[in-house]
Amino acid sequence: MKLIKSFFSVLFSAVLLLSATTTSSIAIDKIHFVIGGGAGGGWDGTARGTGEALTKAGFLKSASFENMSGGGGGKALAYMINTKPENTVLVQSTPLVLRSITRHKGYVSGSGTLSYKDVVPIAGVIGDYGAIAVAKNSPYKNFEDVVKAYKANPSSIKMAGGSVRGSMDHLIGALAFQAAGANPNDVAYIPYDAGGKALAGLLSGETQIISTGLGELMGARDQVRIIGITAPDRVSDAPDAPTLKEQGYDVQFVNWRGFFGPPGMSSKDKKAIAKMLGDVQKTPEWEAVRARNAWVNIYNPDKKFVKFLKTQTKEMTALMKKLGVI
Amino acid sequence: MIEGILIGLSTALTFQNIFMVMIGCFFGTIIGMLPGLGPMTAIALMIPITYGFDPATGLILMAGVYYGAVFGGSTSSILLNAPGVPGTVATSFDGYPMAQQGKAGKALAIAAWSSFAGGTLSAIYLLFMAPSLSKVSLSFRSPDYFALMILGLTAIAAFSSKGQFLKAMMMVVLGLMLASVGQDSLSDITRFTFNNMNLTDGISFVLVVMATFAMSEALTIILKRNDPTAAAKQVSLTELGSIKIDKEERNKMYKTIPRSSIIGFLIGVLPGAGATIASFLAYGIERNLVKDDEKEKFGKGSVNGLSAPETANNAACSGSFVPMLTLGIPGSGTTAVMLGALLGFGIQPGPRLYMTNPEIFWSVIMSMYVGMVVLLILNLPLIPYIARILAVPKNYLIPLILFFSITGIYVMSFNNFDIYLMIGIAVVATFLRLYDFPMPPLILAFVLGGLMEENLRRSLLLSNGSWEFLWDRTLTLCILTTTILIVLWHIYKTVFKKRS
Repeated sequence: MKLIKSFFSVLFSAVLLLSATTTSSIAIDKIHFVIGGGAGGGWDGTARGTGEALTKAGFLKSASFENMSGGGGGKALAYMINTKPENTVLVQSTPLVLRSITRHKGYVSGSGTLSYKDVVPIAGVIGDYGAIAVAKNSPYKNFEDVVKAYKANPSSIKMAGGSVRGSMDHLIGALAFQAAGANPNDVAYIPYDAGGKALAGLLSGETQIISTGLGELMGARDQVRIIGITAPDRVSDAPDAPTLKEQGYDVQFVNWRGFFGPPGMSSKDKKAIAKMLGDVQKTPEWEAVRARNAWVNIYNPDKKFVKFLKTQTKEMTALMKKLGVI
Repeated sequence: MIEGILIGLSTALTFQNIFMVMIGCFFGTIIGMLPGLGPMTAIALMIPITYGFDPATGLILMAGVYYGAVFGGSTSSILLNAPGVPGTVATSFDGYPMAQQGKAGKALAIAAWSSFAGGTLSAIYLLFMAPSLSKVSLSFRSPDYFALMILGLTAIAAFSSKGQFLKAMMMVVLGLMLASVGQDSLSDITRFTFNNMNLTDGISFVLVVMATFAMSEALTIILKRNDPTAAAKQVSLTELGSIKIDKEERNKMYKTIPRSSIIGFLIGVLPGAGATIASFLAYGIERNLVKDDEKEKFGKGSVNGLSAPETANNAACSGSFVPMLTLGIPGSGTTAVMLGALLGFGIQPGPRLYMTNPEIFWSVIMSMYVGMVVLLILNLPLIPYIARILAVPKNYLIPLILFFSITGIYVMSFNNFDIYLMIGIAVVATFLRLYDFPMPPLILAFVLGGLMEENLRRSLLLSNGSWEFLWDRTLTLCILTTTILIVLWHIYKTVFKKRS
């Protein structure tokens, strides 16, 4: 037993040493990915999958990864801003925009609310659309049925979601009801602490609809009917799922996942990494990673990405004000 | 269905898949023994490897790691009071005292046999009921979970005997306070974080367990090093004690194992609970079912008290495959990672999975039988060697425990703050221990309290603020009535005893 323990202590120190080594060279052939959450989460999968595709397709010699949990990703964000590490990128997603709108203040000494502007947006690479679904045996066949039932009796519709009030899951449903002419703040939102639990809530019959990411619903496709997704067009992974847009509700929302550099990253480096992230999406190595994770490619580099983030911030701020969460 | 079972059996019994079960169980056991490292991280990191295999093999390997970890986690709970995985916390309530009485070998043997029985029995339940169990998964709603957590809290009675009632209740309050730190689970408001972002995600369960159990235990031993009784105890611990389970103990286990396996399995099937809750509930319920003289032993090295949670956590582990495979609903982080892998293989979980992909569905269940036998063979002969760790002189053992607690917490989050927080909580817990405050009520309240609050508030949201949900559904009413009856029975007996 002592032998096993000492073996593992050596192993641990090796792992720690490896993860502490940061890379520094002139041409970008190594990237260190900082992940603001634990192994097995969405950010972790995005960073590790992208790093794997980049190295296997020959864009990089090596990729290293560092999990840095804390403050819902705030710890990793603060690390990027405070230490400005070289050749390092941070994986982030829509919550970066949301946290800048809500009151997550004071994570870096002297600064106010953090936003995407405090780091360098490189590119959005993949995305997950929002989706609204009902149980398979539900009387509601489309989103219009739900809206009708809601308008007839607002308390007859309870909407489940996998996170707190004001979170992405809540906003997806609120956007849809807003487009249907309802006051999104009046729709009863029932928060659960994970997408799977929200799904269990829907199927047990305690809520009538669920509002969450399309990816969360893929595992339970046989149990639910997706009655609206927030994509501009139907997606190939779920061709039966109608868009909200085609039903006459002008709602578009994408939970993007992308990469950010430390403040002060040179424009040359930023462009090089952005190009690399775009080029890799044409390779079979990327396709293999994408397919097994059921990701949707939404490549959005550099200035386009910044513009997108600006629009999303504006839209979400308006909605969150209506919902009274800010 | 018979045909499907046969396909599953033939898939599970190929050389490659038996080998994978063995590998999975072996690594699972080691991961389980090491505090901090859990099956979720291990499975997440091994997913890229599993894509080289066919889906059934990949899932069999991952499942092996999962139940192997729950099996192996009891070892460090019993020997060091340092639970390796959250599901084995309740094992230390009676396992550790038993080991301290010089019966470490026996405690490990009871744990191994109970785990084996729990895992095997629940694989049998799966075999016969899997297709209809998805209905059980969906029968629980928020009010029922709330009632279930209240029922679980009655287990605190186990630690409040002999005038300890007030102290146990104070620890409950402390546990509830710790559970309320961090972002509110429903409304995005942060509570008691003192504007420190390291606290916004709340305090992790493993951290609290490591601080209040492993670390504070180690610190207490250091503080008491000049105590002559401790020195005498050290001598007695070098004797391993018999690993043979005598007839009386076996009879106790025969009663405990069947009921605990059913409780554990059913709780495991519920997406909103899991192995940790299952072990606590089985522990509490077991205490209500045993005779009075055995009841007194709970928390001090009871055979029933050790066997019940060990059976239940392994049973729950198998049960948690039901919502994942038949509904596509992950009940825990570990099953969520496995579900992701399953989807990556292009397998669509659902109520018909056992028909559309019998080679996957049934082979995983069949591999569980193989896995349980492998784990038993792997663990039983090793007991004399593993138990010898207690014979390691304390001046070597204590630094080792401290080292593994700290690295274990660090590799979970890679956040230094967690180390400081753990040391802080451990120091406070050490003082509390010196004044005879029991730690298990704190842990129970920490786990159950958070879920209780969340489900209560969700129930209120669902019923538009009315308290009718407490009696609206038969299931809720049944659980609550049982809870009230248990409490009344305890009160009656205390009053009755005092008179006579």
